[in-house]
Amino acid sequence: MIIDSLKFILSIVPFIAQGLTVTIQISLAGFALGMILGIIFGLGRISSNIVYHAISSIYVEVIRGTPLFVQILIIYFGLPSLGINLDPITAGILALGINSGAYQAEILRAGIQSIPIEQLNSALSLGMTRTQAMIYVILPQAIRVVIPALVNELVILVKDSALVSVIGVAELTRRGEYIVAWSWRPFEVYSAVAALYFIVCYTLSKVSKYLEEKLSIPGYMTRKGM
Amino acid sequence: MVEKLLRNHMVLVEDLHVRYGSLEVLKGITFSVNYGEKVVILGPSGSGKSTLLKSLILLVKPWKGKIFIDGEEVTDPKTNIVKIRQKVGMVFQNYNLFPHLTVLRNITLPLEKVKKMSKEEAEKKAWEVLKLVGLEDKAHSYPLQLSGGQQQRAAIARAMAMEPKLLLLDEPTSALDPELVEEVLEVLRTIAIKKQLTMIIVTHELDFAEDVADRIVFIDHGVIVEEGRASEILHTPKNPRTRQFLRRLLRRKELVSTVTA
Repeated sequence: MIIDSLKFILSIVPFIAQGLTVTIQISLAGFALGMILGIIFGLGRISSNIVYHAISSIYVEVIRGTPLFVQILIIYFGLPSLGINLDPITAGILALGINSGAYQAEILRAGIQSIPIEQLNSALSLGMTRTQAMIYVILPQAIRVVIPALVNELVILVKDSALVSVIGVAELTRRGEYIVAWSWRPFEVYSAVAALYFIVCYTLSKVSKYLEEKLSIPGYMTRKGM
Repeated sequence: MVEKLLRNHMVLVEDLHVRYGSLEVLKGITFSVNYGEKVVILGPSGSGKSTLLKSLILLVKPWKGKIFIDGEEVTDPKTNIVKIRQKVGMVFQNYNLFPHLTVLRNITLPLEKVKKMSKEEAEKKAWEVLKLVGLEDKAHSYPLQLSGGQQQRAAIARAMAMEPKLLLLDEPTSALDPELVEEVLEVLRTIAIKKQLTMIIVTHELDFAEDVADRIVFIDHGVIVEEGRASEILHTPKNPRTRQFLRRLLRRKELVSTVTA
């Protein structure tokens, strides 16, 4: 019985794995878009410019306050009424990117604000402009702080990408559904699908640890074994 | 009248008021510092000493009053504060070195980006100041790998590399373990004697103040209570609040020295 299940799973893996490459591609594309939006609106949230700050806050609050699923539906099914017709993959990446951007904005904002103000003060006292202080002093430190949170966001994005199956993107979950439709073996199929997601997400968390170590500040005590 | 004052004074502060929210921390400070003078500011915690130093280079925004540094009005919105800060060096209680850069890079970064020096010129200058503070062997270490005393000396080197006309020191030894205080004070004494530098130092180290200060200003609850020549203030203070503060400070010092004896 078990051997039969395993043989079946092995036979379908090539098909669903092609969906995995689509999943990885749209996740990375969405994350990249999210990073751009995250930087723009994250800096906006700490800006003293009233308009910039207001627009950024509205973006972050609205996106975080509505379900990703609904955002996907709006972008794919709703935009055509405004004359914008997008193919499923583009719509999917756009929705994932806009959604991720709001969370990345908050991650970046929190990271920048976690750097003690005295770092900014000492940079300014040396005659640096605020921009120079940000580029050479604050951001390099903030990036190290936010790496775990950002990789976590990418992991969430990979899992959330399963939702774009509903608009027809032939990613991992959708391909699994297709196989279930003719094989009537949902347990094996969806377990295999879940296992593939797990491999990706687990690898990402290992990458995170590697990056943290590589970029760590010498002498900075991290709470190991606490 | 103001022009005459400006010509003689490195720093001129007129009726300075600073607030944090609804709390008024500085309640009308007026004082001046001559070129080349070393002034020590004494006062209990919460008196506004740090706020005063920070407001001189607008790290804190004054609510009312005027500040002049080297003839230019700092509090004038038309003044380019970035240019003024390039003439002023500041050393903080918590060193505030950039932890992600080596000690050498901490010093060369502002030289390259602010003073627009070339990499070679910046490094040459950096080694000069590292020699001055005795940290040549730590140039390639990172700040968090150093002791507190070494970090503060590195911070002093970084500030001195910019060749400031005015050096502000906000309790430079207050965060240090007692054994490490002397190495920093030694460096500061050397700087005070050798250089024609105007210095304003907030400190609790009374012996050091006596060695280095031309004048002492005592601040309490946001106002200047008494000021005068260093020896007068330390040995024959006129105001009872000054006497009370000095007595308390000296008693604490005595306790520490009897324990460590």
